[in-house]
Amino acid sequence: MNLHWRSRKQRTDELNEELESHLTMATEDCVHSSGSRAAAAQAARREMGNFLLIREVTQDMWGGRWWRDLLEDAQYGLRVLCKNPRFMAVAVLTLTLGIGANTALFSVVNGVLLNPLPYPHSEELVTLHESKPNFATGSISFPNFLDWQKDNQTFSSMALERGTSFILTGLGEVEQVDALFVSSDYFRQLAVAPVIGRDFAAGEDRVGAAPVVMITAGFWKRKLGSAQDILGTSLHLDGKAFTIIGVVPADFDLLGTVRSRDLYVPIGQWANPILMNRSAGLGFHGIGRLKPGVTVAQARADMERVTQNLAATYPDSDKGIGAALIPLRERMLGQVQPFLLLLFGAVGFVLLIACVNVANLLLARSNGRTHEFAIRLALGAGRGRILRQLLTESLLLAVLGGGLGILLAAVGTRTALRLLPTTLPRAAEVAMDGRVLVFAATISLFAGICFGLFPALRMSKSGAQTALKEGGRGSVGARHRVQSVLVAAEMALAVVLLIGAGLMMRTLWALWNVSPGFETKNVLTFGFAPPSTMTQATADAVRSHLRAVHQKLQAAPGVEAVSFSWGALPLSSDDEWLFWIDGHPKPANENDMNWALNYVVEPDYLKVMRIPLKSGRFFSDQDDERAAKVAVIDEALAQRFFSDTDPVGKRLHINNGTDQMVEIVGVVGHVKQWSLDTDKDSLQAQLYTPFMQLPDKAMAQSAAGVGVLVRSEDSLPVFESIRQASAQMSNQQVVFGAQTMNDIIANSLADRRFSMTLLGTFAGVALLLASIGIYGVVSYLVGQRTQEIGVRIAMGAQRSQVLRLVLAQGAAMSALGAIIGLAAALPLTRLMGTLLFAVSTADPLTYLCVVALLLVVSVAACWLPAHRAARMNPVDALRYE
Amino acid sequence: MAKQQYRNRIELLQGTLDLMILQTLQWGPQHGYGISQAIRNRSGEILQVDTGSLYPALHRLEKQKWVASEWKVSGNKQRAKYYRLTAAGKRQLAQERSRWQRLTEAIGGVLDQAGNEAKS
Repeated sequence: MNLHWRSRKQRTDELNEELESHLTMATEDCVHSSGSRAAAAQAARREMGNFLLIREVTQDMWGGRWWRDLLEDAQYGLRVLCKNPRFMAVAVLTLTLGIGANTALFSVVNGVLLNPLPYPHSEELVTLHESKPNFATGSISFPNFLDWQKDNQTFSSMALERGTSFILTGLGEVEQVDALFVSSDYFRQLAVAPVIGRDFAAGEDRVGAAPVVMITAGFWKRKLGSAQDILGTSLHLDGKAFTIIGVVPADFDLLGTVRSRDLYVPIGQWANPILMNRSAGLGFHGIGRLKPGVTVAQARADMERVTQNLAATYPDSDKGIGAALIPLRERMLGQVQPFLLLLFGAVGFVLLIACVNVANLLLARSNGRTHEFAIRLALGAGRGRILRQLLTESLLLAVLGGGLGILLAAVGTRTALRLLPTTLPRAAEVAMDGRVLVFAATISLFAGICFGLFPALRMSKSGAQTALKEGGRGSVGARHRVQSVLVAAEMALAVVLLIGAGLMMRTLWALWNVSPGFETKNVLTFGFAPPSTMTQATADAVRSHLRAVHQKLQAAPGVEAVSFSWGALPLSSDDEWLFWIDGHPKPANENDMNWALNYVVEPDYLKVMRIPLKSGRFFSDQDDERAAKVAVIDEALAQRFFSDTDPVGKRLHINNGTDQMVEIVGVVGHVKQWSLDTDKDSLQAQLYTPFMQLPDKAMAQSAAGVGVLVRSEDSLPVFESIRQASAQMSNQQVVFGAQTMNDIIANSLADRRFSMTLLGTFAGVALLLASIGIYGVVSYLVGQRTQEIGVRIAMGAQRSQVLRLVLAQGAAMSALGAIIGLAAALPLTRLMGTLLFAVSTADPLTYLCVVALLLVVSVAACWLPAHRAARMNPVDALRYE
Repeated sequence: MAKQQYRNRIELLQGTLDLMILQTLQWGPQHGYGISQAIRNRSGEILQVDTGSLYPALHRLEKQKWVASEWKVSGNKQRAKYYRLTAAGKRQLAQERSRWQRLTEAIGGVLDQAGNEAKS
């Protein structure tokens, strides 16, 4: 029989029986001597002593006392808390908010920043780019990449990728599908295994190899119903049959950002005549795996050697071109890390405020319990025991808040991820795992100790006699000073958050007011692909087809102006050409030529974009394939290359595959190509050429798809009429990817808007908590001073004076908080410097507004108790207590 | 406070009370009341074992596995919990006894010497 496993109750029953039997035997013995049974029983009892005490001391021998006390404390604590449900609700809710928000954000930080990338030995993976003038991480030309692959000594493998799209026919409705050109090593080096089938074999990426394709699990499910027998069947892409060889796992994307890719196609299938042109920047970027043990620095040195050799061999195209190596993790997360950490810091502040608030609530409540603890101390309870009791109560609150917080986080994280800007990498990997739960438990415990310890220490320190003597009114003075300091601390934390949110708001405001150089309202952009038979047509046939399309679109209801677009599109995609000025000697090699962004557009482009014409003229319908070649430049190009002279009438040589000479006929305003805030850091010169003067080769390519820009009376319904207009011509041609210019701009600000929204929410919660805090403390103080205020009123004090007295007390607390907050914000906001635009981290307007807001809110929070004090009936007040 | 006094007394008596309980059980299983009566009788009514010390001591010895217990009915039809010495308890008793012996001899030695000096 093992005593340890019997329940405590059983053992207690047994002990009772044992002691009872002792009593009975003792009584029996006494009966012999005293005669009377009653007297005997009494004598036996007297001799035995305090039955309950004996039992308790004996029970102590069983061990496990610590746990029992904890359980008792918890039970008692729960009873105490339930007796005051309002207090409990406010405290638990406050903690739920604080812990929930922290857990939610931690699960994001954990999934995105802390968890290792989902590739084996992901630290060996680096992304590869060409570094060249104007582009630190530019695209790699295909011939250069092949030489890099061959000549390097530090990589175990290298692969290439480039986004593209195809028109898919013969599988339901004709549609445009997103694809990625990759080289054969791509999946193998990332150790991504196909769901079914195989990945690309060596050599399958060569030009001229049999066309094969890997489909994504999403595409497989959407278009093929996840049928197992699709391997070996064909997909018709841009009119060509591709054999399906495998299925890529659903969650795979190299940088963890793209959620809806359809296909992977070997790079050799790209029918691009300048693919093997060493100086062509065709949007290729690489991913390589370092040999085990090789550092990034060693690989950089190795690639330096490789690129220098190439520059020596091909000075014409490779002079000044290096290799840029960026570890995959940095490439993936470099952008989001600062903003995630900023938010994480902010949400930590919210938790601190929540703790301070609950500490304040506990302090206020502790006043009512001074008596209880004084009596317990007097009855011989140890100070440690009381401290433990109080800590148990606060931990109980923390556990309740933590549990609810985890629930809140589980729901909240899912919601927040849906609201996230689509650019957050690895969002799909965010989940509640063990680490998140441990984190939640840890901060709950930390919070419990944090807000519980301080009031508990104060309470257990107050001496028994003084507390009893003062009849519960005792150490009020000292305690309210502590509460005031805590409220000031809350205010200070709220100020820091408000300033952070305010600065983000100012940044967004400034960005919204940055003119992109064109009018974004009512401009719609979309892709247009003619029937796939056109890909085999001559340039002239493509031209006449597109002219017909233009007419049709122009006539669609709601359309004001239409322009095809090829090359760069502001804030969306870029494309550059080399040029030199006629009359200057032809540069010896391409490196001595100049880059310009090229926009290939139609005459109505200015009408669509409402870009101002500065001098000369823009294109007309007469600038067609038979007319003299013309071009229009922007102010930036004019400024840089023709600073003093009038550029109109000057000629440029454009090196876009063929050498083309154009006459400049006009100058237009500069357009923000790269982004609203950092446009100045990249290539500025912009060059416009007429769409119909596109060289024949390029014109033939445009049959695979061109961009279209439309100005309409109202952007959304017009897309439907455009779709109909296109379908009327042929059901084999597609319009796709419609986006308004306003959406494009909004997306470019999505990250910042998201951090502003979250910061704003956190700041709002912080302000709310802080005003609850100040409300609670001022109410409490008014309650404490009831008699005093009554006397004042009785002695003739004006009600307005009383009002002012109370308000002043609240204002003093928040003023102190504001000063501390401002002092703390100055260094702290410097951490968010990279996220700001056109606003200093010490922006006086923001600081001033925040302080004003804080004062208004805190006075409002104090108004109710102040009003109550002012309306007090002196007779009632004096009778109080 | 009262509880604290009990504890102090237990600590004071602990070693000796344990020794006496184990010694008493050497003569056969006995219940708590029987043990207290036995100690009282054998000490010539000098040592009165406090109930508040006896039962904690018994439960502690049981926890240390020096004694084991079982419920039995006594001679006069009274159900009672009987304690008996375990093998480990016997070893413990031997140790405690020899320690007690050394202690009394040592104290005796000190007292004798003091007595002799006082005489001379």
